[in-house]
Amino acid sequence: MSADFLLELRCEEIPARMQAGARADLEKLFRKELDAAGLKAGEVSVWSTPRRLALIARALPLATEAVSEEVKGPRTSAPEQALEGFLRKTGLSKDQLTERDGVWFAITEKPGRATRDVLAQAIPAIIRAFPWPKSQRWGAASISTESLRWVRPLSGIVAILGEDLVECEIGGIRSGYATLGHRFHHAGEITIGGAADYAEKLRACHVIVDHAEREAMVRDRAKSAAEAAGLVLVEDEGLVIENAGLTEWPVPLLGRFDEAFLSVPPEVIQLTARVNQKYFICRDGAGKLANAFVCTANIEAKDGGAAIVDGNRKVLAARLSDARFFWEQDKKPPLAQQAGKLARITFHEKLGTVADKVERVAKLAEWLASEGIVPNCDPALARQAAELCKADLVTEMVGEFPELQGLMGGYYARAEGLPDAVADAIRDHYKPVGQGDDVPTAPVTVAVALADKLDTLRSFFSIDEKPTGSKDPFALRRAALGIIRLVTENGLRMSAGEGDLLAFFADRLKVQQREAGVRHDLIDAVFALGGEDDLVRLLARVHALQAFVGTEDGVNLLAGYKRAANILKKEQATDQNAGARGEGVVPPTGEEDPLVLVDDPLFKGVAAQFAHPELGYTPEPAEKALMDALADAAPRAEAAVAAEDFTAAMAALASLREPIDAFFDSVTVNDADANKRCNRLGLLDQFRAAVHKVADFSRIEG
Amino acid sequence: MAEQTDKTMSLQDMILRLHAFWSEQGCLILQPYDMRMGAGTFHTATTLRALGPEPWNAAFVQPCRRPTDGRYGENPNRLQHYYQYQVILKPSPENLQELYLQSLVEIGIDPLVHDIRFVEDDWESPTLGAWGLGWEVWCDGMEVTQFTYFQQMGGFDCKPVAGELTYGLERLAMYIQGVDNVYDLRFNNAGVSYGDVFLENERQMSKWNFEVADTDSLFEGFRRAEEECKRSLAADVPIAAYEQAIEASHLFNLLQARGVISVQERASYMGRVRDLARGSCEAYMAKFKDEWAAKYPEWAA
Repeated sequence: MSADFLLELRCEEIPARMQAGARADLEKLFRKELDAAGLKAGEVSVWSTPRRLALIARALPLATEAVSEEVKGPRTSAPEQALEGFLRKTGLSKDQLTERDGVWFAITEKPGRATRDVLAQAIPAIIRAFPWPKSQRWGAASISTESLRWVRPLSGIVAILGEDLVECEIGGIRSGYATLGHRFHHAGEITIGGAADYAEKLRACHVIVDHAEREAMVRDRAKSAAEAAGLVLVEDEGLVIENAGLTEWPVPLLGRFDEAFLSVPPEVIQLTARVNQKYFICRDGAGKLANAFVCTANIEAKDGGAAIVDGNRKVLAARLSDARFFWEQDKKPPLAQQAGKLARITFHEKLGTVADKVERVAKLAEWLASEGIVPNCDPALARQAAELCKADLVTEMVGEFPELQGLMGGYYARAEGLPDAVADAIRDHYKPVGQGDDVPTAPVTVAVALADKLDTLRSFFSIDEKPTGSKDPFALRRAALGIIRLVTENGLRMSAGEGDLLAFFADRLKVQQREAGVRHDLIDAVFALGGEDDLVRLLARVHALQAFVGTEDGVNLLAGYKRAANILKKEQATDQNAGARGEGVVPPTGEEDPLVLVDDPLFKGVAAQFAHPELGYTPEPAEKALMDALADAAPRAEAAVAAEDFTAAMAALASLREPIDAFFDSVTVNDADANKRCNRLGLLDQFRAAVHKVADFSRIEG
Repeated sequence: MAEQTDKTMSLQDMILRLHAFWSEQGCLILQPYDMRMGAGTFHTATTLRALGPEPWNAAFVQPCRRPTDGRYGENPNRLQHYYQYQVILKPSPENLQELYLQSLVEIGIDPLVHDIRFVEDDWESPTLGAWGLGWEVWCDGMEVTQFTYFQQMGGFDCKPVAGELTYGLERLAMYIQGVDNVYDLRFNNAGVSYGDVFLENERQMSKWNFEVADTDSLFEGFRRAEEECKRSLAADVPIAAYEQAIEASHLFNLLQARGVISVQERASYMGRVRDLARGSCEAYMAKFKDEWAAKYPEWAA
């Protein structure tokens, strides 16, 4: 026995941006309430329009199952007080308890509950617990602040299980079968039979309750409206969702605006249309912005939409004439004059005004150019662009549309006749903004973009305003990421910083390189050596390292390294312990000649043939091989690193792989002869040191 | 829209229709407050009457001054002086949206020809310590009304909540009359345009606001208003204090238009105005709270 359940919560217009979250919350709260009552909700659909949230739960059982709850009490042999306590706790009398194996049990039989009753309690609970981002009180009941809260005044509840009303009441609103259709297309109430006829009855009254269906209508019809006019719609899924969230019966309509407005920068037109009016824009066949917009009405207008299009055209015209006014006003004073006003804007209370920041950025940009850190960059142009890069912040247009900062400065610079390199640098100096954003390559732009971000980062670090956890109020992570991309993608050779700042870069670099498939442990392995603040060189080394550790030689060398490191670590521990006991190995000073004790002349000759003068014993072949390999590889690796030929450095390491494997296979490090042992440990230490010329392999995972 | 032009009403007819409509709904029809202010919300019939439990229904036209919006009469939409039509209904009635839509029909907007939409727009006035949730109402993409359920005023929870409607009269009239330039509006049906009435005012007042107004006097005026507000509070005449807060607020707006308040100072001036406005609301509340509590046992300050 099961039935479908329909819940509709009707209210005044829900903000479009909150609807997706509200649908998810409705389903979550519904499932939670049902779970708590021991009901399993199966398939649940949630829908929204501006005026309603709806939920349909398929095939709910009509009653919950009966359950028997058992609470274990004291043993029957326990003192009387224990039993009394148990009775108090359960609220039962002694004859209601059950005895089993000498223990008292309180057994309560919970009969199944009708699902309708469960729902009747669940609905008010869901409404009360609903986590709207912002909610309000309303009406006469709001004389108390305890009155019901909802996103906007709640006006009706439909709750039907199968064909039966689920009766409930909250805030003076009683559930019923009746709802309302479209605000203008349908007067009066509609009676809903249940989940089965809900969507279709609403459709007959000009309400498409399924938001996904409305989104498809907006998407498809806006596109075809543009096509019908011989244009291409600029697709915008955000606008699709927003317009579907503002309408119960979406009707996209295409309109035209005066071509003369196309003299305003296209970005301004697009932003005005999108942000202020929620219109789509169109391009012509050549990809140029067309003098057309697509608005989404909520009615099937009597006149086919002519008045609506006309009205929207006028609103857009008013907006665009405002924009054109700003555009023309802003162009009047030169940017240098606008920049003067930056002295009135505080950048940060401890870091002075925006004008102060601009001066620091200008100095830095000029220096980056004159030092050749940004190659082929004219220092004077870099300074000029930097001095003007923030001037558009005081323009009317950017005041109206902050997201146009930079872009407008570029337009104004060009209108003023400044060099293209300067205008481009002003336009693009905030780049790259996100992961997918382009990285500037034009020298002047690179200099200004880099100087701006470096200044931000260094300034905030200097006043100890570093990001912590999820808090990054000054977007320093983004600045660091921008610097990393500017530096690495343009191959700029410079010190990124030191101390905390360098560590911050290392962290950001790991995050950023993860997407490119670079292993974070390898970045650590190189950073751990210390002294590396050049991100370009660092990444080149990491790339070579990653290629190497992927080869068979690399894997084996890493294994050999770990083995050597473990032996050394263990040995160090023993040495320390031994040292504590006053024993220990006398470290070779290099002055002793162990052979002085050998006085057999014959043996002396033999010994002279084989012995290493420093060793005092004849090394085993594998030991000798490793010594020779190290003598060759260590300087080679060092030289290659110095020459930044990291592939050659890896090749030098690779040449150690066979000798180290053979060494471990045939040589006993822990020889009974303290001298041999000591020398072999020294050999492993040399091996480790040679590897560390390239990277700290102890940081490498696997 | 051409077929509508003959039938559509003048600006003054529109106001008279709205008066008639809201009067029928039981609203007092008040006259504008006789002070310069930035929005109808500053009228004591809105701000102070939103406080406390007593029912209050009123409608009125309020001239508004926005010195920085002046365009010397050269912009077809922007004015430094314009009209708002305000309706305040406390407690907010259940059918407030329906009443509002009826009022649009009354002034000639057919909701099956024009696209009426309620678009999220929460209202906040830090100066008044007030906020509310609601919408801007769009007619064919144009914002014609601000529709707000007040949640707090003067830092106090609204108990009960008042519904506030603010119609932008010029915009609505331009829309209804189908004109693109505010100065072309028919003020009446006897040949007088909005431009005949206000164009010269806009030219002169824009010039005064931006170029002429003596900034020393404005600063001095601000200081005096602040002083007078405090004296009035001390004398327990909160309405008088509130008027001085309105005065200070407008003088601050003028100083802004003259461009003599730096960004750093701006926040401090706004804070001073806020303190005056909130202080007045607090004093008003304090003066009446016992009386209200006695009359409305379910209410508490």
